Formats: sequence, structure tokens, C-alpha cells
Amino acid sequence: MEDIFQGYKGKALDVLKKFNVRVWGKVVIETTRGEFQGTVLPRAENDDDTHIVLKIATGYNIGIDIFTIKSMKEVGYYKATYKIPEKEFPYTPNLPKVKLLGTGGTIASRLDYRTGAVIPAFSPGELYGAVPELANICNLTTEKLFAVFSENMGPEQYKALAIAIGKEIENGVDGIIIGHGTDTLSHTAAALTFMVQNSPIPIVLVGSQRSSDRPSSDAALNLMHAAYTAGHSDIAEVMVCMFGPTSDEYGFLHRGTRVRKMHSSYRSTFRTISDTPLATVNLKDGVRPIKDVYNHRRKDRNVKILPYFEEKVSIVYYYPNMKPDIIDSLVDNGYRGIIIAGTGLGHVNKPLYPAIERATKRGVHMFMTVQTLWGYAHMYVYDTGRDLMAKGIIPAENMLPETAYIKLGWVLGQTDDPKEVKRLMLTPINDEITPREPYNGYLIYQGGVPEVEEFIRKFRK
Amino acid sequence: MAKKQEPGKHFDPHKNYRDTQKAIGYVSRAETTRKDYERIGFKSGLEVHQQLKTKQKLFCRCPAGLFHADNDYHAEIIRHMRPTLSEMGEYDGTALMEFKTRKEIVYRINNKTTCTYEIDDTPPFPINREALEIALEISLLCKFNIVGEVHITRKQYLDGSIPTGFQRTAILGVEGGIQLKNKKIGLIQLSIEEDACREISDIGHRRIYKTDRLGMPLIETVTHPHCLTPDELREAADYIRFLNRSTGKVRTGIGAARQDTNVSCEGGTRVEIKGVSHNKWLPELSHNECFRQWALLHIREILLKRNPLPDKWTMRHIEIDPFATNLEHPVALKFFEMGYRIVALALPLFHGILSHFTQPGKCFTNELSDRLKVIACIERPNITSNEDLEMPLSENDTTKLASLLKASPDDTIALIWGPADDIPTALETIEERCRMAFEGVPRETRRPLPDGTTLFERVLPGADRMYPDTDSAPIPLEEAYIEKLRDRLPTDIWVRYQQLAQLQIPEDTHAFLLRRNLVPIIEEIVALGFPSRFVGTLLGHTLKRIEGILPRHINFSYNRIVELFRFIKENNLHHALSKVMLPVIYQHPNMDFNSVLTSINFKRKTEEELLAPVDYLIEKFKEIKIAKKDKPENVVNWVMGQLQRQALGNIDPAVLFSKIKSKVM
Repeated sequence: MEDIFQGYKGKALDVLKKFNVRVWGKVVIETTRGEFQGTVLPRAENDDDTHIVLKIATGYNIGIDIFTIKSMKEVGYYKATYKIPEKEFPYTPNLPKVKLLGTGGTIASRLDYRTGAVIPAFSPGELYGAVPELANICNLTTEKLFAVFSENMGPEQYKALAIAIGKEIENGVDGIIIGHGTDTLSHTAAALTFMVQNSPIPIVLVGSQRSSDRPSSDAALNLMHAAYTAGHSDIAEVMVCMFGPTSDEYGFLHRGTRVRKMHSSYRSTFRTISDTPLATVNLKDGVRPIKDVYNHRRKDRNVKILPYFEEKVSIVYYYPNMKPDIIDSLVDNGYRGIIIAGTGLGHVNKPLYPAIERATKRGVHMFMTVQTLWGYAHMYVYDTGRDLMAKGIIPAENMLPETAYIKLGWVLGQTDDPKEVKRLMLTPINDEITPREPYNGYLIYQGGVPEVEEFIRKFRK
Repeated sequence: MAKKQEPGKHFDPHKNYRDTQKAIGYVSRAETTRKDYERIGFKSGLEVHQQLKTKQKLFCRCPAGLFHADNDYHAEIIRHMRPTLSEMGEYDGTALMEFKTRKEIVYRINNKTTCTYEIDDTPPFPINREALEIALEISLLCKFNIVGEVHITRKQYLDGSIPTGFQRTAILGVEGGIQLKNKKIGLIQLSIEEDACREISDIGHRRIYKTDRLGMPLIETVTHPHCLTPDELREAADYIRFLNRSTGKVRTGIGAARQDTNVSCEGGTRVEIKGVSHNKWLPELSHNECFRQWALLHIREILLKRNPLPDKWTMRHIEIDPFATNLEHPVALKFFEMGYRIVALALPLFHGILSHFTQPGKCFTNELSDRLKVIACIERPNITSNEDLEMPLSENDTTKLASLLKASPDDTIALIWGPADDIPTALETIEERCRMAFEGVPRETRRPLPDGTTLFERVLPGADRMYPDTDSAPIPLEEAYIEKLRDRLPTDIWVRYQQLAQLQIPEDTHAFLLRRNLVPIIEEIVALGFPSRFVGTLLGHTLKRIEGILPRHINFSYNRIVELFRFIKENNLHHALSKVMLPVIYQHPNMDFNSVLTSINFKRKTEEELLAPVDYLIEKFKEIKIAKKDKPENVVNWVMGQLQRQALGNIDPAVLFSKIKSKVM
């Protein structure tokens, strides 16, 4: 049966029942603060139980305090049904075939404001209705694999995605787009880099930092950039395609293993760490490579799908005064791999040593990355580093902590042999470890410096 | 309109303009009576925007009220606004229009006034409670029914004036009212909202804004369309402005208060004139808008008579090479040389329409030209025709183009020009607006001009542009909190009017006194025992004049005037002295009052001392006056004049006068 009191609970629910009023009922409410008229809207589940929400004639919403209500009368009923209009996605000969795989997240969803529920705008028709420009870029088909928020993406989804990508490549598409929430977009990008190797076509992960229901959303432009990249670019790699500057100008294509979300809310949040992005993309200039070495698009379909993942892997972010029981409890709980994000060049303090030795004896694989994100773990520089290596920790060079976590899970899904684990971890698949860090790989300019300010004024951030 | 054989032959657009102006019964505002407004069914209402005086902006912690020059910026951000679907799955008309214009929006950001919130790179912080409280006080003053819980809503704006593409706004009260002199005006609602960007320029496809004002707290008071004459509209606008200011917690100065007015005539449509910064402009603007609508209805009538089935109406167009066709029109030639495309149009049945009166000095051509500028982004001049009032097509041109277009006598021949990319939109825009002429008055927002006329600004947005803000939680308004606010409200404005009348303060001072919120000051001074009429006139006339001509010291506040009167009382001076002291304390509020007396050369004198030279002065007068038959009054007045300055503050001038009189007569 349909819930006629959507979201209302406790006292507010009692009041609705007492006056025989439903959600979507048009009501006249007499209160100690005067008369109010409007349509009763559903209430968000987490809000209190002492107010009733009305949409008034001018389109605004207001809340009525139930303790001020003297009487309430339902004088009509109108249930709004929310639907995204669909238009058939037109087929254009000679345009590339692109497949969009949906996982949930803001690029492929619209919020139902009234209920807070996510309504995915996903079918090609819906996407065409919202972003008609897509039809000039490619012939798009879509498939919804999951509907989960970014933070709920995990090994099961990585594996399912990898397999689905393998099938699409076999079916002959020219490029793949994966719609994804942004919070763990880079984790998925790393996982797919390891699980889908030697792809003949571009695999582009894309999201949005501002939901597609707002006029200034980055979703449409990101999607167009991703579609262009998937359909036309020569770069056959797993990439993240998101805003370059915060302005609506161009997108970056980041290598899936070196990219990281660096701001909680900026549009230009994704940055390549310790290297430059692969390329820029916009509809005017197309894809313009920044790096000159990358995997090129091929006609064959010889992709390798390696959908493995060991879930008992963890990441430990070291802090001063960390106690050994943190490591102990992971070992005691059966964890098989630990990535440590150490300080500086890759350090932890002495009190942890016994716990580390114990973990090594129990066969737990440990790799060292750096909290500084930029730069390499250099464990020969200080004694501490040498001590740690002697106790079994292997420096993971300049692999990002999250990438190292994903890679260790993937490696341990295939082998438990320490030598093989080490070999696989330290043999880069696509730049998760780079042999050298270019000078422009680390650029965080500080605001306030006159030259920087001059630059910012001329070129958009 | 005279019948003729060929388009443009022997047609005088100026005469047609005058004839149509007469035909619709246009009357200038000065000559209009209430009856005229009843005849055309004048109806209007207001949306009054008022900035609140807070330290910070509404949804972030940037300082409010700090402004910078157009070129004083640290960074630029570019955005393109896309229409989003409404809750009902429709695109808003305004949204589509804005999308058609393909504008590149540039924001100039100054780090002192703008953070990542304003440019939509950070979600909102909790609402500024100081602003909310001021807005609630004003809501209570307007007798609104206060909501139980405030819900922040997103109201879409695609013109780029807000980088998010929507304004965060929330209703605080519904259904209030204000009492004017002769009637009550109902109020629909009051909302608190964030102010928009200030536009720097809008040329072609590039619109530039600065973000200093963006996000400042603002309230909007919306009235029912209860104003039936332009004067009532003005009165209501003044009332709301005075009410807002009576709290002492709102901003004043340029741009701090702006109003939109909704106007319609009988059979017309609600048209919104946006951003009128002076209340005194409202009557002329609303008057002209009402007659513009009346004129558009007349045009509709003419067109429907010529073609009762407007659905099938289409125009014809042809791109021309002005040199190949030997075009004479100098403006068109100039633009062609600049690389613009030139397109000739035949508008069937539109003979006599393009020069039809719409507003003083404007005709239907302006309706087309304004839209070409706004929607197709082609700068003016962008159109001409054989009916143009300023630069019409010559008869030669008209004849040539008419034959190219195979036009018939009922057609009007027009010419437009613009960059190649903008021509398709331009053609669509003209055809669309011409079709609308068969329907009457399009729903628009219009921009006011100082001459009292208006320009098309955009299509009036529909109701479907409101969405709950999913980034903010609702804010409950407890009963106890509302009661606390209610207890400290200032006096109602209509009560203030009555008080001023009772205090016998001249009516011509009322507007100024209320605008500056000076009645509480008058009350304090009168409570010290000074005559109300004098105090009212001092503040309403003398102070007003001083404010108009002298620079105000930053530390001057109206309370200093109360202190001045306290000083006068304590020192047993006569209050007339305040007129001379006021300009000094206005410029030097930190000066102690004794020094003020010194600076105006005041000397304390007794009545005897003042009257001592009277006999001497009477003799003196006789000496210097040549006329023999001087009336005694003249002697009294002259002596009074000689003594007045030194007597000021020492003795009541009326007493002095009667003493001199008794000596002379």
C-alpha cells in the first residue's frame, strides 16, 4: 500500500492523522500565527517530528509548527509525479559507438527534492533530453550496472565493472564511459587500471562536483568531454575526465593511478600527483596530449581482464604516538596486507617496531607510502627507514597511498608468495610508480605571492 | 493608416506614430486622471528589495557591504548556464531564452569580498542569524503570519547574475498588510535572500559581473496588485521603505533598496519592471507600461482584423548582398563592411505596425530591436524598416527589397544585420515576437530607463523554478523567540504619520523624517520640553538642507542632535539657537558644545543688555533712511534685524520683537 504520510513520524504524524490530512493534500491551516495554505509535502526522514512542510502558491516551501495548529482541513489533492522527459537518442552514421556504464552518483542522477531520493537520469533518451549536444559527439548506449553512492563502491563492483568492460570491448564499442560519484572515483580508476589491461579503447571515468539539477553544474560539460574522449581520443587507457580549472573551459584526462581528489567541493578537485595529466580536452580543440607517451587506440580486441581482489587489506595513516595495538589488531583480525602512509620519506616511530616484526612473522605484506602524497618513499636516508625495511616493510616508491591499497588488494587476490607480491607491487602497470618525477609534477603555488597573483588574474584557476 | 499600392510608398512613420498614439487614447502622466486609469484598468504591485545591515553575508563569512571597482579583481571565472528541468519536467521559458543567447558569463573576483562559496565551489554555511533576526522583525512589522520553520529554497536565475544559477531564498511570512492613507495594501510574502552580482558589461556574447555584492543579505517584500494608480504605487513603495528603515537595521545608500513593480492593464499581462532604484520613478514607469500594454492590445486588434488565423502567419526573408542590390541604407552598408550578414524581411500584414506607438518616443520596432539585442546578442542598431522613425529605408531600397521578397502592400519591409552565427536566432526571435503580437502582451521583465520608458530584459520566469535547497537544513522558529522579537518592535509607520500630524509637524517634512527614521529623535527632544513643530521643522527642513549641501562627518549621528537640545536646556538657552549650531555639529560632531558656541560667535547677553541699543538704533534708522514716510513696522523690522543675530539663543525672538515694537510704536 502507498505511504500517504511519507516521512512523517511521531507528533507530526499524529496531527496529520487527527485532521485527516495526507501528503500531497491541499490544505488550509489555522494557527496561532495566522492562516496558511498550500500542499503538504513529504518530510525528509531525518528532520524533526514537530513540523509539517507546505508548498505555498508562490512555489516556496515553508514549515508549520504543529504546536501552533488550531485546525487543518484538506480541501484538495494533487500528487506531483516527477519524470525526466525522454527523447530518442538519434543515431548518426560515422560517429563512434560509446557505451556509458552507470554506477550511480551525481552525473547520472537527479535528486527528487521532496523526498531526498535519487532519481537516475540515465537512459540515453534521458541523457539526450538533458544534454542534447551528446548526439553530435557519439552514438551513445547505456547500461546501468549498480545504483550506489561513490563511497559504497567496493571490490565487488570493481570486478563486475571490469568484466562488463571486457564484454563491451569484445562487442566492438569505440569507447567506454563510466559514470561515478567523485568521492572514490580515483580508487575505481586505479582498480580498473589493474583489472583491465591492454585495452584497445579509451575507458573514461567521469563524475560531477555539482549535481546536474543546477544550472551551473559541471555534469553536462564533464559528460561531453568524457564522450568526446571515449569516442575520439587516441589514448587507450583508464582515465579520469574532470574539470581542469573551476571555470567552464576544459577538462583534464588523468591517468587512473596518479589521480586524486584534492578539494572537498571545488569543481577542479582532481589533480594528477607527482606528474602532469595525460591531456586536456574540450569540444573546440579536442584532446590535446600533455604527455607524449601513452597507450594508443587499436583495432584489435585483445584486452586482458584480471578481476581479482583480496578484501583483507587495510591502509594505516600514521600519526605521532600511534600505539602498536593498531597494527596488532589488524593482524589479529586476519588482515593479509597493510599499506602504511608514513611521515616524511616513509617513517613510523619506534614503539611500532615489535608490532611490525610480529606482522611480518605472521606473513602480512606491508608497503610504505608517504602522507605527503608528492614524492617518493626513500627509506635509506634515515636509520628509521632502514630499521623498518629490515623488519619487513617494503617502500612503494611514489605510489599514492590509495592506489597502493587498491593494488595490494588486487595482487593479494592473485598470490600470497612474498616475492611475487613484491614483484607485482613494484612493477608498474600504468605509472602507479614512475621512474622519475618531473619538475612540474609538484606545483602548489601559494596565493598572495605577486607573481602567482598575476598569473591567476590572467589564467583562470 | 492610409492604404497604398506598394510597401513604403508615401508612408509617413512619424504621422502613423502620432495617429496611433491618439487612437489608443494615450495621455501624458501630468494630464492623466483617475478616470483614465480606470478606463485602461491600471493595476500594479511591488516587490521591494532591501539590504540588511549585517557584518557578514547570508550564507558565508565574507564581509558584507564592501565594494570594489570594476577593474580591482584578483581572478576571473567563466561559467555557462544550462537550463535544467523543472520539477514538472519542463524547461522554463526564461531558461530556454537564456540558453539561446549562448552567453559566456565572466565573474571578476576580489579575494577581500568573495570566497569559494559565492562562486559555487563550496556548499553554503548555516544562515546568518543576525540577518534572519532583522528580517523577522520586519516581517512582524508587516503583520505577516510567521512560518514555523524556515526552508531554504533555490530560485533559478540563468542570466548568470548568480554563479550557482539559482538564488538561495526562504519565506519568513505570508499574508501581511500595510495601511496607506486611504486604503490597505495586502502583502503576499516576505523572503530573505542573497543579493546577486553587479553587472559590469553585457556586450555581444560576453557578460561580465563582479561578485562583491553577491551573497549580501536582502529581504523582498511582495505586495498584492492592489495599487490602482501610479500614486498609490509610489505611496506603498515609500511606506515599505520607511517601515524597513524604522528598524535602523537596514542599509541605505545607492542600490541598498531597489524595487520591482508588476504592472498590467485590462486584458494585458503581468509585466515586471525590474530594479527601479528610486521610488519617484515608479509613477512614470508604471504609467507608461500600462499604456504600452494598451497599445499592444490595439496592435493585436488590428492584426486579428487583417488575419483571424495567426497560427499560419510566417514571415519571408532573404539574405542580400547590399552592393549587388545597390542598397542605399548607410547603417546597413557600414555593418556589411564590418563583415555582418544582411537579411531583408517581409512581415506580412504588419504595415503600420512597426511605427505603431508603444511608449513615448518608442514604437513596435523597439519591441523587435530589444529582443534582437538580448536574445540574439546583436548590439543596437540592429534593425530598420520602411517604418523606422530614425533611419528608415529609402523608398528606393524599399521598392527593391519588396520586389526581391515578392512583398504585397500590406507587408512591412525590414532589414536586420548581425554576425553570421547570430542570424538564425535573430530570425527566430523576430518571427516569434511578431506572432506574439497577435496574442497581445508577452510576459516579460523589463528594464527601467530614466526617461520613464522600459526595455525588454527577459521572458518572465514561470512558477516552476523553485526547488528546495538540498544543501541546507530547515530552521525552526520557536514561539518564545518570535515573542521576544515582537516585544521590541519599532512603531508602525501609519501610527508615525498620525503622530506627526498630532505633533503639528508640517506635512512636507514627513517623507524625509520617515526616510531617515527621525521620529524617535523628535520624540526624545520633545520629551525634553521643546516645541514639536519647531523640532520637526528643524529636522525636516534645516537638517535636510544641510545634508544636501554640507559634507557629513563620519562620526555624526542623529543622537548628537538630542544631546544638543539637552545642552540647550541645561544652559537655559533658547532653542532657536539650534538652527545655527546644527551645521557645526553635523560637520564636527566631536566638538564640545561650548566650543560650538564660540565657533558661531555666540555671546551670552541679558534682555536688558540686548535692548540697551534699541533707542540708538531707532535714531540711526532715521539717519540712514532717505524716505520720510517710513511706516513704524519698517523701523521695527530693521531694528529687529540688527539685533536678531546676537539675541538668538538668549531670548525668544518673538519676545524681542514685541519689546522693540513697544518702544517704536
